[in-house]
Amino acid sequence: MPKDGGIGASTKRREDVRFLTGNGRYTDDINLRGQAHAYFLRSQVAHGKINGIDTAAAEAMDGVIRVFTAKDFEGVGGMPCGWQITDKHGQPMQEPKHPILAEGKVRHVGDPVAVVIAETLEQARDAAEAIELDIEDLPAVVDMKAALAEGAPKVHDDLTSNLCYDWGFVEENKAAVEDAFAKAAHVTTLELVNQRLVANPMEPRVAVGDYDPWNDNSTLYTTSQNPHVIRLLMGAFVLGIPEHKLRVVAPDVGGGFGTKIFHYAEEAFCTFAARQLKRPVKWTSSRSEAFISDAHGRDHVTKIQLALDDANNFTAIRTETYANMGAYLSTFAPSVPTWLHGTLMAGNYRTPLIYVNVKAVFTNTVPVDAYRGAGRPEATFQLERVIDKAARELGVDPVELRRQNFIKADQFPYATPVAVEYDTGNYDATMDKMLEISDYAGFAARAEESKKRGKLRGFGIAHYIEACGIAPSNLVGQLGARAGLYESATVRVNATGSISIYTGSHSHGQGHETTFAQVVAEMIGIDAGQVEINHGDTANTPMGMGTYGSRSLAVGGSALVKATNKVINKAKKIAAHLLEASEADIELADGKFTVAGTDKSVDWAGVTLAAYVPHNYPLESMEPGLEETAFYDPSNFTYPSGAYGCEVEVDPETGEVEILAFTAADDFGNVVNPMIVEGQVHGGIAQGIGQALLERCVYDEDGQLVSGSYMDYAMPRADDLPNYTVDHSCVTPCTHNPLGVKGCGEAGAIGSPPAVINAVIDALQRGGHSHVTHIDMPASPSRVWAAMNAQ
Amino acid sequence: MYNFDFVKPASVEDAVAALGGDEAQPLSGGMTLLPSMKQRLNAPATLVSLTGIDALKGVCRDGDMLVIGAATPHAVVARDAAADYPALAELAGQIGDPMVRNRGTIGGSLANNDPSACYPSAALASGATIVTDKREIAADDFFQGMFATALDEGEIITSVRFPIPQKAAYAKFAQPASRFALTGAFVAQYANGVRVAITGASENGVFRWSEAEAALSSNFSADALAGLAASADQMIGDLHGTPEYRAHLVGVMTRRAVAAAH
Ligand SMILES: Cc1cc2nc3c(=O)[nH]c(=O)nc-3n(C[C@H](O)[C@H](O)[C@H](O)COP(=O)(O)OP(=O)(O)OC[C@H]3O[C@@H](n4cnc5c(N)ncnc54)[C@H](O)[C@@H]3O)c2cc1C
Repeated sequence: MPKDGGIGASTKRREDVRFLTGNGRYTDDINLRGQAHAYFLRSQVAHGKINGIDTAAAEAMDGVIRVFTAKDFEGVGGMPCGWQITDKHGQPMQEPKHPILAEGKVRHVGDPVAVVIAETLEQARDAAEAIELDIEDLPAVVDMKAALAEGAPKVHDDLTSNLCYDWGFVEENKAAVEDAFAKAAHVTTLELVNQRLVANPMEPRVAVGDYDPWNDNSTLYTTSQNPHVIRLLMGAFVLGIPEHKLRVVAPDVGGGFGTKIFHYAEEAFCTFAARQLKRPVKWTSSRSEAFISDAHGRDHVTKIQLALDDANNFTAIRTETYANMGAYLSTFAPSVPTWLHGTLMAGNYRTPLIYVNVKAVFTNTVPVDAYRGAGRPEATFQLERVIDKAARELGVDPVELRRQNFIKADQFPYATPVAVEYDTGNYDATMDKMLEISDYAGFAARAEESKKRGKLRGFGIAHYIEACGIAPSNLVGQLGARAGLYESATVRVNATGSISIYTGSHSHGQGHETTFAQVVAEMIGIDAGQVEINHGDTANTPMGMGTYGSRSLAVGGSALVKATNKVINKAKKIAAHLLEASEADIELADGKFTVAGTDKSVDWAGVTLAAYVPHNYPLESMEPGLEETAFYDPSNFTYPSGAYGCEVEVDPETGEVEILAFTAADDFGNVVNPMIVEGQVHGGIAQGIGQALLERCVYDEDGQLVSGSYMDYAMPRADDLPNYTVDHSCVTPCTHNPLGVKGCGEAGAIGSPPAVINAVIDALQRGGHSHVTHIDMPASPSRVWAAMNAQ
Repeated sequence: MYNFDFVKPASVEDAVAALGGDEAQPLSGGMTLLPSMKQRLNAPATLVSLTGIDALKGVCRDGDMLVIGAATPHAVVARDAAADYPALAELAGQIGDPMVRNRGTIGGSLANNDPSACYPSAALASGATIVTDKREIAADDFFQGMFATALDEGEIITSVRFPIPQKAAYAKFAQPASRFALTGAFVAQYANGVRVAITGASENGVFRWSEAEAALSSNFSADALAGLAASADQMIGDLHGTPEYRAHLVGVMTRRAVAAAH
């Protein structure tokens, strides 16, 4: 098989032809006959009591079909939460109801209060202005610590407080951790904020509900990363529609970054309203609406402490984090600051004792949930920042301090004190690689040169670990997940040998249509052009869990390999029959079945044709046809890791940070398509740099969103970013999945924020600002300048 | 957006007549007005487009003046003012993105007087004259605080007359999100003295930094500004910078503009 199509080839993305020519088919491109338009009237206040909603005037307006409010949803379930956390006392988290439309109270700016359905969107919007809302302002809670204070206004009156849970991990280790701190030769403490972000995928969310009353079938077209999960959650928990009467389609999706995992009220609403009105109902989010209705990301406030012995070995870590849940629990929100964060606190290091405490808090803000990396960037940022700070306090080289504490290549598999077992890794190798390609050795000379130009140059290092490929279903079940986390694939071989794949993974920019085809093409030895990947439609793909957490290739790809192997096994049997040989002697190579040691062969298409035109076929012992389905449930997470190096220049007059070079040396295990992997890393680093230097979601104390548009929310632009050097030549294959792959989608967003901030601090320290030991993200010019000038 | 009527007159007279109608508003490049209408923050009954009036377009030299028609897009100024008033052309070339520069106009920018906009600083530092359909207004009288100008209801800017300086430059520190000026300094040297206008920084909109003008009028060099600091009083404080930071940037950007003046 030539390497221009199989595993390891940088095959160009076949989907890009339609994307780059503007011919993608996104949800908003779907317009159904007789479609009506929904406009959501949203709360403009962060917290208020709904005394009345008068819709009479609106209902009388031109084109208005119906106005919905919470009373139309009596008997309909609330938005479900997919993960239950058990707190440090063994009690379940506080789980408030999340209605589709606000009931009794509004709890954040953007909370939907009423929906107008009209013939046109403009009519719906006009009518929404005629709705008379009588909302009595209540004091809002925005700051997490204030929300937990005695007597703070409660976001949910029926809960005991604004505390969702107080989680301790590993609770049994707490005393030993305290003891280690008492005995430590040195303790480094760092308080930091991992700021709230808005994901901002290029395509805003869209939902189109459709209903066929003659068959009682509902269809939802939606911008989702996991249509089956939406079908399950919405069907079973919200609307009571069984799966066979509900189809969810997520067609081309223009970026998700986590925020399109969750089940949103607008999806349930459009499906519900279509049934009520017996006509299609469409909603398309505006960009402004996205800022106040898409789940936000991050928003942790943390104190981390690192204990070291007198030989600079890490002896213990303890952290105390406040994690903002926002006003309601978004689908997977409780898992992010806990299992996706606490389990990564060992990083790449041998720290024997770790205790993580997380208090999740309700506030009058938009719900917060997973965003690219989800918990792991928060863990990595704390750890890599505190290690850098410790190195400075101890006067040791930050590279050496890391190396000294690394889990060494011969120590795998390695069980950390935070409940995970890393299967493979070689952290010294990635560190070496990064230092080599970034010419770390030449940094001092470059810093001198910057100094001559009046600039402060700094080099920042971060080494990350990530747990991807979520996850063994039985394990996450024990941890509180209310879903399984396997993946599925159907391999349908057509009579003439071409292959239609149906995968439960969902591509929203990752390039599955290309890479998944490469895998199957390689296994069979046919041209990748013979393989078509279908995804995103519950009507034709088996139950799947979707794409997030860098799981597609590691989990979905493994299911695909499993199903393809089943196909190959059957095809070998058919070939054995055709070649009148024993099955054990049949070999498959380059798309041809050969009897070992002979020149007798039959090609792939000969076998597939025989399967569907079974004239010469062992019908007594085997069914015709060639189609197999497999489900794959991983036995462990995968653990990508890597070393990131960032070189910056700070303008001491303005505090402006310029990134001069960014180097990533990742270990993703085996790589199917290097170009796509590099693209994923590029995008991840762009988002990480966005977080480190630019992005910041800000509420004022009344709960108004200050950064509610691109006028104030700074997204990274091309000219904010350097040319990256990315390398993935350090390979320790994953030991427990068939492709030996680990996942690359989030790495860039995880490793880059601490590398950037470490570089900024390094630059300031070298420039004589020795009092600056930390700057919270984003390290905007004003913050850097203020830090330099604070004494 | 609410419904509105749209007229596109070919002369200033017709435009002024149309603007006499109820809730009529001039539309130039639409880069500011249309987004606010889409957000339903603005609801004129009639939009009177100015971009069909040839007399409002173009850049031309008139003795020691550069005259720019009010409906001239930024991209045209960036190109056509380059020979006569390079600092002004460079300012225009840094506004927004190509789409904004090809639609947005100088008249719209000055009439809007956004406290973070770039053009007001050039007009004020150049001592420009804002010419309207009924009078001429000195830049010193035109800008009256955030989003406020001397324009009367229905009065339209027809052109702007810029005295051409010996040397000038605009130094802009971009707000990271919008890339409008977080603080921008326009410095212009004339035979009778130096004028310095600061945008983006003050709660009162664009202003002249008189201490810097005095220092630079006697010695036009960045060194002349040493030790001179703008007061943080009445500076804008927002999530992109404190009043102190903006006051600091006033000094930095003014020095940079002086150093770059040509
Ligand atoms: C993405 C983006 C980035 C931008 N970046 C910058 C930047 O970096 N720096 C900067 O300075 N600006 C920036 N702008 C603003 C841009 O320069 C606008 O074009 C300008 O503010 C308004 O000009 P306009 O021709 O589009 O006016 P319009 O939007 O048509 O009108 C603006 C206002 O002026 C009135 N008006 C228009 N023409 C006249 C006239 N001749 N007489 C009287 N009143 C009139 C209108 O009625 C309206 O109230 C940006 C805009 C956008 C959308």
